[in-house]
Amino acid sequence: MILRLLSRLAVLVASLAVSTMVVFGFMVVLPGSPARVALGVNASDASVAQLEQEFGLDRPKGVQYLDWVGGLLRFDLGRSYVSRAEIAPQIADRLQVTLWLVVTSTVLALVIAVPLGVLMAVRHRRASGVLLSALSQVGVAVPAFLAGVLLVALFSVRLGWLPANGWTPPVEDPAMFLEQLVLPVLSLGLVQGAVLARYVRSAVLDVMREDYIRTARAKGLRPMRALVRHGLRNAAIPVVTVLGLQLATLLVGAVVIERVFVIPGLGSGLLDAVANRDLILVQDIVMLLVTAVLIVNFVVDLLYLVIDPRLRSVR
Amino acid sequence: MSLRRPRVLVSVVGFSLLAGCSAGSSSEESSSATAAPSSGGGGAQGPSNDPISIGLVAEPASLDFTKNDGAAIPQAELGNIYETLVKQDQDGKIVPGLATRWTVSPDRKTYTFDLPANATFSTGAKVTGADVAYSIDQVKTKWTIGLKAKMDPVSAVDATSPTQVKVTLSKPSNSWLFDMTTRVGAIFPKSGGDLANKPVGSGPYTFTRWNRGDSIVLTRNDKYWGQKPHFKTVTLKYFKDPTALNNALLSGTIDVVSTLQAPEALSQFPTSKYQVIEGTTNGEVVLSMNNSRAPFTDKRVRQAVRYAIDHKGLIDTCWAGKGQQIGSMVPPTDPWYEDLTKVTPYDQAKAKSLLQQAGKVGATVRLRLPNLPYATACGPVVKSMLEQVGLKVKIDTLEFPAAWLTTVFKNADYDMSIIAHVEPRDLPTVFGDPTYYTRYNNPQLEPLLAAADQGSETDQVTNMKKAARLLADDAAADFLFLLPNLMVADKGITGLPKNAITEGFDLAALGRS
Repeated sequence: MILRLLSRLAVLVASLAVSTMVVFGFMVVLPGSPARVALGVNASDASVAQLEQEFGLDRPKGVQYLDWVGGLLRFDLGRSYVSRAEIAPQIADRLQVTLWLVVTSTVLALVIAVPLGVLMAVRHRRASGVLLSALSQVGVAVPAFLAGVLLVALFSVRLGWLPANGWTPPVEDPAMFLEQLVLPVLSLGLVQGAVLARYVRSAVLDVMREDYIRTARAKGLRPMRALVRHGLRNAAIPVVTVLGLQLATLLVGAVVIERVFVIPGLGSGLLDAVANRDLILVQDIVMLLVTAVLIVNFVVDLLYLVIDPRLRSVR
Repeated sequence: MSLRRPRVLVSVVGFSLLAGCSAGSSSEESSSATAAPSSGGGGAQGPSNDPISIGLVAEPASLDFTKNDGAAIPQAELGNIYETLVKQDQDGKIVPGLATRWTVSPDRKTYTFDLPANATFSTGAKVTGADVAYSIDQVKTKWTIGLKAKMDPVSAVDATSPTQVKVTLSKPSNSWLFDMTTRVGAIFPKSGGDLANKPVGSGPYTFTRWNRGDSIVLTRNDKYWGQKPHFKTVTLKYFKDPTALNNALLSGTIDVVSTLQAPEALSQFPTSKYQVIEGTTNGEVVLSMNNSRAPFTDKRVRQAVRYAIDHKGLIDTCWAGKGQQIGSMVPPTDPWYEDLTKVTPYDQAKAKSLLQQAGKVGATVRLRLPNLPYATACGPVVKSMLEQVGLKVKIDTLEFPAAWLTTVFKNADYDMSIIAHVEPRDLPTVFGDPTYYTRYNNPQLEPLLAAADQGSETDQVTNMKKAARLLADDAAADFLFLLPNLMVADKGITGLPKNAITEGFDLAALGRS
């Protein structure tokens, strides 16, 4: 058990180390100089060179890499090339925004998917189950941004019930914050929920065919009770896997929704930074995302152990 | 003449007030120009506690335009937080700004500016001649962006009194005075400060906060020396997605869409609730041809391209019929504008025969487009029109700004491109320097530009007209159209400018009826 944990941790650290190299490598081959974008292309070569020196871009790549990684280890993310502001608070602001979005929509997805998926499985031979199943297929087919555009067209532009876009921090104006959060969370949550519900359905269906459910039924448990008592924990493994994947996708993938709803999250920050060739900011954001994804995977691995005691003894 | 980077539609917007000044060409006396002190704004209703929210398309990357070249920075700050000694009115004429009057010496090398006695910075400090001298000196010594070269003509600045400053040029330059209406002319307090985080100027608004990725908030400067603006707070909200911008107006989050990125979106705004402002900009959408590369080293091929393009059809197809045909590198708000669209009218037969004469029928050219709305919309139309007369066109699209700037702009590794040059009075920049990406090299042009810059206002108009005609005759490039200024706003908003021709978005002029 401990050994297994340690090996997982080692994989996490090694992946992070490799990621820093890959991320830095990409920045090296990305065409376009941050100094030139900042000064305008017609700035003289001398002033571009001077600014690059100021940024430390004239140093050997290896030194730049070590300097950057060293900073990361000390939680010093450096200063933006473009705005000259400290990066850490900028990223913290944007991360907060993205986390609100990702966490609330994931909760919404779970709230939709678990009961719906179980219901679809239990009733998979009945009309209501088939209908729900068809509906969830539609949900899977609709991309989140399209859902967003449609929701805005209906609830903001036509009915005028909710703001079309924007972001207000919860501390500033909680009511406004909630109003603005509804549509983006719905667009992400409904679609994610539909996807997840499909997995819950098939996991539950598989479990229901297992011998131990038949045994439970034979003992006299009713189908739902047998499922809840013996089935759900077994069905949870594939669902948790998908949920982890979805969380990771959402962290980065929320960018499209951030664009549609003009939300200053991490993804749109990353796009802006790439456009401005604010390389250090790009590196920091990408590393943060990589770290988040790796941690999510790590947690998913741990959850397997919690859910299924049998896995604890297997190496 | 220094070089400048072209700015694109997304960064065009700049407004000056809708004052009813005399139209057209500059008629000011060459020796002196005076006018009544400018109000700095036309907020006709007077100050109120009203807020206004304006939707814009490009968020600044920084607040410091001395070190960062983006056009979104002066758009937010110039004329609002910072003032310039002179400014441009709706007709392109130079009028007093922070300076109440100015005089020019007979040799046109010394400019004397008078400052109002009651002007202060938002910190409360008086605006003095010493601040002006400091600001000009900073451009020359501390600014890092390429535009700093605009201040090169200045050889000395003296604050002759707290309310007067004398600027001496090394040689006469009309463009220097014009450039003083742009960001290089901004006046900063000599005490310095943190430009990137706490900009301080003498303008009608003060900087309040910047919510990165979302908005910039400005508050009325109640100590402003001129006429105080109507709106107490102004929120400049930034939208990368044009649909989101339009939706924000439709759902009442904002009051004004400063630039309609896709003209075909106009139909969704019912005229019962919204007003549409339609005017001109400084954005010439140029179909550039690399003059140093075959086949465009041959004037006949360049002319063939101009004859092959049906400009009216093109504007209708790719820009919903909005936008004006120009024929050369001059927008209608410049004093030397004349209609040159008839120099090479649409004529496919002529285009074919010119290509034949040049022996270039079937030649393949590469059209390298920046990934900007007008370029990606018009590129395929240009391709099809050129292919109808016998050229083969290969389109590739480059990310803007970084990739396009490096490949096309810096390295001139292209045959043709499409880009809107939105700098004011940029004919000399784009065609006057053989190392510029157009690679246009015509010895006849330089003397015209020099005479225009150094002569009287009348000489300037005469020579610039000749220069514009020369470019059209010589087919230095094709000028697809002039970007329209298209704004949509709630019906009650007043003071929105018809023509977007200045770097700053003049917020002080706005009101609500």
